Amino acid sequence: MSDTYTLYNPTVMDHFMNPRNMGDLKDADGVGEVGAAACGDIMKISLKIREGRIEDARFKTFGCGSAIASSSMATELIKGRTIEEALNFTNQEVVQALGGLPPVKIHCSVLAEEALKAALEDYVKRHPEHAQVAAGAEPVTA
Amino acid sequence: MEQQKVYYFDNNATTRVAPEVVDAMVPFLREYWGNPSSAYAFGAQVHGHVEQAREKVATLIGADPREILFTSCGTESNNSALQSALVTTGKRHVVTTKVEHSANINFGEHLEKQGFEVTYLPVESDGSLDLHVLEQSIRPDTAIVSVMYANNETGVIFPIEEVAAICRSKGVLSHTDAVQVPGKLPIQVKSLGVDFLSLSAHKLHAPKGIGMLYVKRRTRYSPYVIGGHQERGRRGGTESVANIVAFGRAAELAMATLEDENTRVRALRDRLESWILTHIPNTIRNGAREPRLPNTANIAFDFVEAEAVLMLLDQVGICASSGSACTTGSLDPSHVLSAMGVVPMRARGSVRFSLGIYNTSEDVDYLLQHLPRIIQRLRDISPLNPEHPDNDRYDIEAARRKHEEEMASVKE
Ligand SMILES: Cc1ncc(COP(=O)(O)O)c(C=O)c1O
Ligand code: FES
Repeated sequence: MSDTYTLYNPTVMDHFMNPRNMGDLKDADGVGEVGAAACGDIMKISLKIREGRIEDARFKTFGCGSAIASSSMATELIKGRTIEEALNFTNQEVVQALGGLPPVKIHCSVLAEEALKAALEDYVKRHPEHAQVAAGAEPVTA
Repeated sequence: MEQQKVYYFDNNATTRVAPEVVDAMVPFLREYWGNPSSAYAFGAQVHGHVEQAREKVATLIGADPREILFTSCGTESNNSALQSALVTTGKRHVVTTKVEHSANINFGEHLEKQGFEVTYLPVESDGSLDLHVLEQSIRPDTAIVSVMYANNETGVIFPIEEVAAICRSKGVLSHTDAVQVPGKLPIQVKSLGVDFLSLSAHKLHAPKGIGMLYVKRRTRYSPYVIGGHQERGRRGGTESVANIVAFGRAAELAMATLEDENTRVRALRDRLESWILTHIPNTIRNGAREPRLPNTANIAFDFVEAEAVLMLLDQVGICASSGSACTTGSLDPSHVLSAMGVVPMRARGSVRFSLGIYNTSEDVDYLLQHLPRIIQRLRDISPLNPEHPDNDRYDIEAARRKHEEEMASVKE
């Protein structure tokens, strides 16, 4: 009956029903948690970063189906990216990869972008040596 | 359209059309499709059936058939009552509540844009109304007070008799939106004492798109839908004959099933509710336990969001709903729960189960078999939990304590 919830397309439903990367990371290098102003939903993203690259990502979400799917997709997309690449990540990528979201649900993907950015900021705060990179100056050399 | 077995717990949204009702209306689609206003017998014979239906609907609420006005829906009935009161009295102020259906809330906002004044009365944390506040809100320029009979989200019942008595003592008209009530409580307009009362047939096992406005005899009425002479000049538009006949048949059934609703359905609701509250941690009922409609349970599942719950319920064929219209464009938590002071996190996680005469004990078993797993699954995904540091910001425990204290004092 997976197509009965007509608001969402099959890709969104798949990520909602079988979320990827759900959970916390034990020794996370960066953790970001943000709330959506629009609806009060909350998203948390944890990152494992090794040699300037996102090695692993996990999420936890208090939110609607689209928020859960967005966080699942966002964590899939950013794994393997450099910090710099990740800092340029936008919600548009999530929307596209999900094959579109209803207009009222676009902010759910923004929440994923913001949670990721918050996690990266947290990482940079804990690793000031990467502040330059975070500002977009130079690629990381380990 | 493919039809799988659905486990339907959304009877406050709409109800299954009763087979008896379908049987009653079909002849008026197939054979007797004439216009009841026509001069020839083929049309005019239909007229008698419309009037019989009017008598049945009148009987349902203890009214005279001449006090019954058929409309297109509950929304039209509500709008018509308020509009009529403003026109006939020439006054400019309306009193209603913060927990009305959008049929009243949004019409109130529409009236405000036109320069009228509307007071939206607050409610207590258990969803009840302070009649003292209501009385004080009535002003010399108040045209009408409109308070719903029972709330569609929580099932909380309002003391309409007392509201109407206050209105009479102040010389103000009164209206009640009784859309959620037929078949669940007996309705007697004479003892209620209201000037106007709205019903919508699709909440009592008749089709959508047919409603009724009771207008008390000698209460002045100014039509809202203006056109032909139908409904004795009080509502233009050719009668929706098959729907009206259906409404009449449904009214008879609602009287016959009142007992079942108040014994068997009530027991199913109570079992469902108490099972959830005792077996699923961090759950709480929204709204007073009593007085409440026998079919409605509104339950907050802390740390999860209702749309996600509804989607997972839908996967196993269970229909329920949330107060928040998240899926239809509004992201605000339910205006009813917000008015009751429910914290946003909890309002976002509230689900309404509304039962009906077609629900069986097996339906409830099926729901209770799936629900704990679904809630647990979403709680595993959620960053919130009783120990979460952000809970200070959301103040879940404090809200829970306050709520429980208030509920305990209400029971005494
Ligand atoms: C309390 C209440 N009032 C009014 C309405 C509107 O009725 P209708 O859908 O017939 O316009 C509803 C149902 O949606 C309702 O629950
Ligand atoms: S995150 Fe707000 S509705 Fe989806």
